[in-house]
Amino acid sequence: MDKPASGAPADIVVQLDGIVKRYNEGLSSEVEVLHAIDLTLHRGEFVALMGPSGSGKSTLLNIIGLLDRPTSGLLFLNGHETGALDDAALTRLRSENIGFVFQHHHLLSAFTALENVMLPMLVHRKFPDAAMRERARALLMRMGLSEWADNPANALSGGQQQRVAIARALAMNPALVLADEPTGNLDTMAAETVFALLRRANEENGTTFLLVTHNLALARRCDRIIEVVDGHIVKTDAVSSASVAVQVP
Amino acid sequence: MNRWTPFEWIAAIRFLREGRAQTLFIISGVAIGVAVIVFMSAMLTSLQGNFITRTLSAQAHIQILPPEEIARPLRTSTAGVVQAPVVQRPTQRVRSIDQWQRVVKQVRARDDVTTVSPTVSTSALAVRGDASRSIALTGIEPDAYYRIVRLPDYVIAGSARLTGEDILIGSELAHELGLLVGDRVSVVPASGPTRTLMVSGVFDLGNKSANQRTAFVSLHTAQTLANLAGGVTSIDINLRELYRAEAIAAAVSMSTGLKADSWTTTNSQLFSTLSAQALSFTTIRAFVALSVAFGVASVLSVSVIQRSKEIGILRAMGTSQGQVLRVFLLQGGLLGCAGAMVGSTLGSGALRVFHAVVRLSDGSELFPFAVSLPLQLLAVVAATFTGVLAAAVPALQAARLDPVVAIRG
Repeated sequence: MDKPASGAPADIVVQLDGIVKRYNEGLSSEVEVLHAIDLTLHRGEFVALMGPSGSGKSTLLNIIGLLDRPTSGLLFLNGHETGALDDAALTRLRSENIGFVFQHHHLLSAFTALENVMLPMLVHRKFPDAAMRERARALLMRMGLSEWADNPANALSGGQQQRVAIARALAMNPALVLADEPTGNLDTMAAETVFALLRRANEENGTTFLLVTHNLALARRCDRIIEVVDGHIVKTDAVSSASVAVQVP
Repeated sequence: MNRWTPFEWIAAIRFLREGRAQTLFIISGVAIGVAVIVFMSAMLTSLQGNFITRTLSAQAHIQILPPEEIARPLRTSTAGVVQAPVVQRPTQRVRSIDQWQRVVKQVRARDDVTTVSPTVSTSALAVRGDASRSIALTGIEPDAYYRIVRLPDYVIAGSARLTGEDILIGSELAHELGLLVGDRVSVVPASGPTRTLMVSGVFDLGNKSANQRTAFVSLHTAQTLANLAGGVTSIDINLRELYRAEAIAAAVSMSTGLKADSWTTTNSQLFSTLSAQALSFTTIRAFVALSVAFGVASVLSVSVIQRSKEIGILRAMGTSQGQVLRVFLLQGGLLGCAGAMVGSTLGSGALRVFHAVVRLSDGSELFPFAVSLPLQLLAVVAATFTGVLAAAVPALQAARLDPVVAIRG
């Protein structure tokens, strides 16, 4: 792994400078979904990303998550400029720095809950087998799923599966967790539990969280709300003065 | 998950285990294909081997013969003028190989030769009372010749003993002349003195015509009957590697200046029939292998589509394209390997049943049962390789999946 770019403030996890994303470039159907986005996420921040459907939230999340490349602009992750990196280097940087939680948990049904949590560690074999198991068990315990550890992933309830997905996202102790509507499919009580677990991981580990959500009540419990409309960041406010103009579907 | 098992192996095995029904179906498909290939290969090898063994048990791998006699046009002393331009093809007399002892010594010195046996072949009449039959008489040195043609194995009455007064005759000839072991029979050659010999044994070569016409006497007796004192008409040779007969025959011919016919030349029709049979079997095997490969490929292609979200999430959590590629290649290899192991067992089992049930009219085996371990290992290795190859396209599809698109579904 490259060393962080010299001079980058150590507490900045993500920095976006003029990020533009266009699809179908050069074709008549060309469309620009992100327009010169500037954004900084600091270490330990718990940030909500809001905006109406089609506003570019998911595209922004995919670019920050190194799953997609911007058309232009600079993206720094933990001080590393990512524009010149090839796919293999991006994959490595992603696995070491970013955890994902999706609306649909996307657990691998062929594995147990414990094995799903172990998967990111298993892919890289950075830890001995016993250490991987121990860490995965500890994470499941934090999620309140100790007794479900050896159950097949698809035998768990929706809320439980999402908690396993959170444990999996934290397995590599990433600097950043990107959560795309992690509570979108859950009932109120399960959503509350999941949100509390995310918040706790943020507070205990200092992990930076960027949460896409349509739930304003949850968003207002974050440190900061970023609002994206038509590919522009229209507001980035501390929660104390957050706009409440976003419509909850 | 076992300690230190690479991620690719774990994922490949789990994916196959999860799609149990699909996996079982394709393993069964591969198994049937491999069983057919193993069955056919083993049967073909045994049948052809048996056929060649049977053919060669009655003839030498190479036979050295004297050069043919030819006639040349008569020329005058004037250059280019031919006095008697019409040349009649001369008759081929029974004649000896010139300096055959030297040739035998020279051929025996070769490393690739196991047995050398000089023989005299001539025709004669076997006469008993009023009955007579024409026979093909072969004079042999029993010790050497029996290592080439296992005549004692074919003796059905008496023994294979051949002194100067003995004769071995075929069962049909014995029947037609009413001869039993110990009886005497006159042998009248085309030229040379008539001899009365004692039937020391009766043999059955498994061919009616051969049993009617063939008779063996000692080399010395044949030389007397053929009026070839001290001469031989052919030298029979057996080799260490019978499939090198053609090349060795050419080398022997070159070094001795004599005609040398290999068993493949003598039996060229049989040889080309066997080659055609092998080619058609190979074609069938290739098509079976191809259908197995397409089966594996189609199942894995469906699996890639079914698992696209899982592949996407694996990519998001840091699985490289190479790792995803290997997960699916491994699945192909594992399907091929498992199917081949089952198929190989099935194929050899089926062959065992076939071998036990299908027999010749006399109850003897159609071919010797032989499913070699190397053949089974080769089938497993080839099927594994085919599985990996068949998985290449779906594996590439999986590796090239855009994680964003895959996760979005």
